[in-house]
Amino acid sequence: MDVTPFIALSAILFTIGCVGVLTRRNAIVVFMSVELQLNATNLALVTFARMHGNLDGQVAAFFVMVVAAAEVVVGLAIIMTIFRTRRSASVDDASLLKY
Amino acid sequence: MNGAEFTAPSVEYSLILPLLVVFGAAVVGVLVEAFAPRRLRLPVQIALSLTALLTAFVVTVLVGLNLEERGDGRARGAITLEGAIAVDGPSIFLWGLVLLLSSASVLLFAERRLEGGVTAFAGQAAALPGTDAEREASSKGLEQTEVFPLMLFAVGGMMLFLASNDLLTLFVALEILSLPLYLLCGLARRRRLLSQEAALKYFMLGAFSSGFFVYGIALVYGYAGSMNFADISTAISGRIGGDALLLGGIALISVGLLFKVGAAPFHAWTPDVYQGAPTAVTAFMAACTKVAAFGALLRLFYVAFGGARVDWEPMIWIVAILTMVVGSVLALTQTDVKRMLAYSSIAHAGFILVGFVGAQQLGDLGPGQLSSLEAVMFYLVTYGFMTLGAFAVVTVVRDSGGEATDLSRWAGLGKESPMVAGVFAVFLLGMAGIPLTSGFIGKWAVFSSALSAGAWPLVVVGVLMSAVAAFFYIRVIVLMYFSDPVGEGPSVATPSVLTTIVIAVGFAATVALGIVPGPVLDLAAAAGEFIR
Repeated sequence: MDVTPFIALSAILFTIGCVGVLTRRNAIVVFMSVELQLNATNLALVTFARMHGNLDGQVAAFFVMVVAAAEVVVGLAIIMTIFRTRRSASVDDASLLKY
Repeated sequence: MNGAEFTAPSVEYSLILPLLVVFGAAVVGVLVEAFAPRRLRLPVQIALSLTALLTAFVVTVLVGLNLEERGDGRARGAITLEGAIAVDGPSIFLWGLVLLLSSASVLLFAERRLEGGVTAFAGQAAALPGTDAEREASSKGLEQTEVFPLMLFAVGGMMLFLASNDLLTLFVALEILSLPLYLLCGLARRRRLLSQEAALKYFMLGAFSSGFFVYGIALVYGYAGSMNFADISTAISGRIGGDALLLGGIALISVGLLFKVGAAPFHAWTPDVYQGAPTAVTAFMAACTKVAAFGALLRLFYVAFGGARVDWEPMIWIVAILTMVVGSVLALTQTDVKRMLAYSSIAHAGFILVGFVGAQQLGDLGPGQLSSLEAVMFYLVTYGFMTLGAFAVVTVVRDSGGEATDLSRWAGLGKESPMVAGVFAVFLLGMAGIPLTSGFIGKWAVFSSALSAGAWPLVVVGVLMSAVAAFFYIRVIVLMYFSDPVGEGPSVATPSVLTTIVIAVGFAATVALGIVPGPVLDLAAAAGEFIR
């Protein structure tokens, strides 16, 4: 099996996630972009697992999903708190701490 | 795989007992939140956390005394849980250090006299700042006692992080230590907007960096076909091609780890988060996270990527130089004492990275030379106690709005309270690396280990940057002693015995390790090498 297309796709997804984090303003969208990066990783992990013929990568993909879910809990809690305080989820508005 | 019988993994519970104690106590802490009556929660949580951490420390010492020698006698310990965790000399040493530093942090978390009978954490984190709900929470004297279990989970994650022996455990441990820290940063009682902003920034950047980290893991797995450090090392020594995957993987994993240690160019979160977080959390984070992250960094790069040393060493050189320069130079321009200490911790990360390039195998060493592992571990001891002490001092210098973190408010502190100013001056001198303080011996250790590896340009930059750093530390001392106070001047609140203990321990460690560093250096030497 040629794994190159799968790895290329996962790299493209990862890059989209990366660009999303760097360019989007809304904290929720930034966070979704991070999730996209994690899912790109999952694709790469299962592809490599298939390539090497062992299960390590597939198991790791499950762990990444679980960690992503835990991150959502903590992340949304933090974003919600900020939103309720400031009435805005823009990452540009949170700028009291600088220099 | 089909038809293969499932065999349960063998677990040496006696070796991982310290981890079990900490995680167990964290879970019990969550149950206490659910079942204990409100009045009892705070004392119970404090007692539970402190007992758990000290018990875990004692257990760690016992485990350390019973480690078995391996092979050539340079390393002791065993790899347990089917290769997931390595309990060896360095693990034990750093576990002990993390546990001591976090026990001291519990004392800072539990301090209540400074805020007039309540802790420095928000009474009710869900109540919006400036609303009736918040006023009601504070008039009732509510406490967010969840901070203690959260902290225990973070400590457990740190211990797991520095002992991980495969990439998956490393990733999970990274998240276990990070997620509670993100929350803790946002829980300050005063200046809540700053605190919440710090949590948001830390979380966003932390999640971004762990995205890189986990993609790096996928690439290294693609290269080696295994997550285990030993297998990766074998694959690298074989060098069967596919270097792009390996180098890409190393680079991306480094982003995640260097982010955690706060090395430039991944340091941008450090000053904001250190300034915004409650000072007790900052102290905990600055001291313990750095220990854990450097432990993991060393193990990963020496054990798994040791064969690719020529490939990653230039990167460490560049990052170390950049980190020292950025940390020291930007610290010069700071006007907030917490931000200044944050930049100073970035500079320290750079100095530790200098030690990183020293000879890695004990066999490569001449007589009397320090291995880089020893040097880095000793530096982490000195750095941890100084940092904890310095942030503890920051909590007691106050004005009507809480902690007076603006440096202009510190003018004339020497007249107001010679004692506090004197202790803080010792911490600053220690961080500057003045002889007779622990910082000097720490710097000497990392620089001499780098020199023995022939990395003299790094050492030259390191010494120059130490001089720059000394300038801003001494500037603060001058400010405290030779400037007149502005307006009403600073006031020093009398802390309870808890904070006093932390300051005293930090002070004692800074002075004692400067005068008699021998025992701790011997202990670091006795820890030996990482097992493979």
